[in-house]
Parts: sequence; structure tokens; C-alpha cells
Amino acid sequence: MLESLKPAVIALQNEFGAEVVEFRDEVSLIIQPEKNIEALQALRDRFGFNFLIDVTAVDYWPQETPRFHVLYHVLALDTNALLRLRVPLNGNGPSLRTCEGVWPSANWYEREIFDMFGIRFDGHSDMRRIIMPFEWEGHPLRKDYPLGYEEVEFTFNFEEINQRKLHPKI
Amino acid sequence: MSDFREVNIAELRHLVSERALSGETMLLNMGPQHPSTHGVLRLLLELDGEIIINCIPDIGYLHTGIEKNVEAKPYAQSEVMVDRLDYLNPLGNNLVYCLAVEKLCELDVPLRAQVIRVILAELTRINSHLVWMGTSALDLAAMSTFLYTMRERENILDIFEMCAGQRMMTTFIRPGGLWRDVPVEFEAAVREFIKILPKRIDEYESLLTNNPLFLDRTKGIGLISAEDCTRWAIGGPIARASGVKYDLRKARPYSGYEQYQFDLPTRTEGDIFARYIVRVEEMRQSIKIIQQAIDLLPLGPTRSNNRKFVPPPRSELGTSMEALIHHFKLWTEGYAPPKGAVYAAIESPRGELGVYMESDGSPKPYRCHFRTPSFTNLQIMPLLTHAHFVADVVGIIGSIDIVLGDTDR
Repeated sequence: MLESLKPAVIALQNEFGAEVVEFRDEVSLIIQPEKNIEALQALRDRFGFNFLIDVTAVDYWPQETPRFHVLYHVLALDTNALLRLRVPLNGNGPSLRTCEGVWPSANWYEREIFDMFGIRFDGHSDMRRIIMPFEWEGHPLRKDYPLGYEEVEFTFNFEEINQRKLHPKI
Repeated sequence: MSDFREVNIAELRHLVSERALSGETMLLNMGPQHPSTHGVLRLLLELDGEIIINCIPDIGYLHTGIEKNVEAKPYAQSEVMVDRLDYLNPLGNNLVYCLAVEKLCELDVPLRAQVIRVILAELTRINSHLVWMGTSALDLAAMSTFLYTMRERENILDIFEMCAGQRMMTTFIRPGGLWRDVPVEFEAAVREFIKILPKRIDEYESLLTNNPLFLDRTKGIGLISAEDCTRWAIGGPIARASGVKYDLRKARPYSGYEQYQFDLPTRTEGDIFARYIVRVEEMRQSIKIIQQAIDLLPLGPTRSNNRKFVPPPRSELGTSMEALIHHFKLWTEGYAPPKGAVYAAIESPRGELGVYMESDGSPKPYRCHFRTPSFTNLQIMPLLTHAHFVADVVGIIGSIDIVLGDTDR
């Protein structure tokens, strides 16, 4: 672990009960969802992590509970220390407090997570879909969402497949 | 094709001002079919006369579901889709994907491959900046710049074609090295190109830098401060034009960037013109890096010898049973990195391009997320366009240098 990361990691362990996971010199801290904003606020104000690189999510359905992990990648521009926060979330339609108040750049990332995973962010200023069309049903990056494919059309089954399409020809 | 749904103003009520609801200001769509939005970007502008009060970007028209597709394909096949993310920076996308896979599998990369990667990544940066320069000047009605920059871009694409057989979607950089060694003409072609380019950049500058029409459209427009850049997670040339001296090639070096001498051009104005100057200067610095790299170019293998992850050379297949087995296993099943998650990032021409890759121990990525710079940079449109004229929006979009494939993924 980098020397510059240590104070932040120890403080988060003591104050927020964070669990440390290390893999390939990268440090991940597992934080409970009730404390996500406080932890991010502490990282920004006390340990100089002033740059929110990325917010994303992972779906572990069906093999693991809690089902979702929301990940925050934060960076300290001065020391180049990079830290990952993992927030496990239970349930199929979970919600989490938004970190838009800490970093405004989280706005679109959280919209993307809502769009792709169906995780709602409480207190978000603009909780609409961002990438998929607004009338879209389902959340594509969930593991229970099928990848989808185009059926191969031949002359003998053209009509049958055509009828099933969202916008049939003729 | 029957259902057209009318957008209800109620959905956007929280984004527009009270004056728009009473009909005092006008809501106007710019795009998605608009020549100066550099692709399919829709901006919903709230206008008071010709002054912009608010700008609401709407993206997603170019969404191709790459992140979902990657989860269903082995690591080797997934890489092919990565080129299509940011189509002006295909080799940079390959590079960041390979860095993530290499970190996950702990693969070594031979020195020659590293140096060629740097040369190609810098050529891609010049390529991207040339296209940016041409198109954004074209948006501001400077027609001729576009024709000149495309001429030099052609030379870069020829070099890519020489290496990979493809001009844009090369997939030349592979986990553990390169697809194959570069041809013998490569070195001469690169040297020739970096010899002519500085003069050509001077030529472009003579068209734009002191052009009063260009200055009128760019100076003092689309301002953003250094603090706002950090708050909104903006990197790359936009941040450097505002005075944030941060570049991943210096701060978190990859592929041996620490051994090259180059400067970080920065400005403090934070307007369109500053971004223009920073990008032009970056092209010169890229030439400097390429010059050092091509002088350094060592001989040796171009891919790792770790046969569990990297396919053996074709010539061994006829004589070695192990090579045949590895070849068969790698091209049918693929390779399975150990369970874990990594984040790798590079400095793309637009800012920090990162990959979060998670493996569950199977031959397919469990999750692959791209942190793309255009997505983040586009978020500041409302900030940049506030209280400017409609005509300035065109220049501001150009100065952000968005690639919609990169934004929508």
C-alpha cells in the first residue's frame, strides 16, 4: 500500500468500519451504504482526495448477496493516490444517497448507474435516464437482462418474425 | 414507424427556469442532426432572445452497448469492440484495455513493444488533435484549415495501415505486447512524418493563431476556472488550459512514459483560445516524444513469452506440440485471469481514459466499465455556455472536443 494512502485508510477503518481489500497494489475499501456520503466527505476534506474519477456499479446476481456494489474511484491530485470505495447494496431496486453535494461531477455518473442498473439515488437533482431512450423498460447492465439478438429472417419465416417486431414493416 | 412521442415539458420542469414555463423564454433543440455537434448530440437550449440561459445536453444517440457486449465475449474478442469507443483514438483505447488485462494477469510487456506503443499512442494523439483542429475551425467558418489537417492525418493513417492493415480500427496493441512487429518501413515513415509535421503545424498556426476573426470567436468565450475543473472531474487539455498542470503521462506514468522528456503546455485563461493553444502545443510535444522513442527503438520481441495468455508465434505451430495446444486453447476457450478487479488509465487526447475491469476467474470479463473523458467533459456544457450567444455554442462544443462514440459507449 502506498504511504500516502495509509492515513486515509486507517481513519476510514476506525471511523466508518471500512473493510480493506488489496489486489494488484490497488486498495478498495468496503463501506456500508448508510455512511457513503460521510466517508466521501471525509476523504475530500481531510485527506485531499479532491478528484472524483468515476462512479460505477457491478451486479453480482445471482451468486452473491448483497446484489449490487456501487464503486467510487477517488484521486488526490497532489499525491496521485487512488482509492476505491465499494458500497454493497441489497435488494433488487435499491437506493443510495447521492454524492452530488460532494462532487457535482457525480451527476451524470449516477444517472448512468440509474439507467443501467436501476439503482436510485436519493436527493439527486435530475434522476432521468441518460443513455437509453426515456421510454425504455429494464436496466441493460443487470445480469438478469438478456443480451438480445436479431432473429435471422428467411422467406419462409419473414412474416412471423416481422409481426413480433416493435415496428413491423407494412 | 408510427409512434412519435411528444416530450412533455413536465419531465424537464426541474431543469428549466420559471420563465420558460410561462413562455417568456424559448426552448430550442440544437441537434441531434446538426453539422457542428460533431455527431449526434442534442442540446436543449433555453434562450432569452439570442442569449443562452440554460443548456441541457441529451446524449445516448450513439449508444452501442459495448459494456454489455464485452461481458459476453472472451478477453481477446472484446478488445475489437474497444476500438469503436472513441473512433479518433482507437490505439489509445486498445492501450488502456491491454493495460487493464495486463494488470489483471500480471503480464510482462517487452521493451520494444512498449516503445512502439508510445509511438503509436502519440501518433494517435496528433491524429485526434488534427481532426479536432480541422473540424472546430470549420465550425468557426475557417474552411481551409480542415483541408490541410486532413492531409497530414492521411499520413498517420497510412502509418497505421502499414502496421496493422487497417486505417482506423486497428486492434494492433494486444495484451502482452503487439499483434505483430512493425514492418521495416515503419521507422523511416515515422521519421519522415515527424520531420514535415512541425512546419505544417506552423502553417496551421499562421491560418488561425493571429487571425482576428478566429480571435473574436474564441477569446474570453467558454470560460472555466481551475477549481471548477477539479470539482467537475475535468482532465486533459481543457483542465490544462485553465491552469491545472496534470497529465497522466507525468503523474501516473504507464508504458515507460517516465523516460521521455516533454513539457506540459498550460495556460491560465481557460477560454476556447487557451484550449486551442494547449492542443497545438501538445502536438509539438508529441513530436518530441516520438522523436525520442524512435531514436530509442530497441530490437527484440514484441510480445510476451507467457504462453498461458499470449498466443505463440505462427512459425512454432508446425514444430511444437505445446505451441499447438496453447494456440488451440487460447483461440477456442480464451484465457482466464485470476479473480479480482483493477483500474487502469491513460491520458487520451481528451483527458483521463480509464477502464475498470473485474474478473470472476472465467474467460470473459465479469464487468468492464469505461471511464471516458468525453462523457465527463460534456457535463460542463451548461457552465460553459451560460450567458453566451447561440453562435458561441458551436465554438464551445468544438473546444470540448467531444467524440460521441466515447460519450455514449
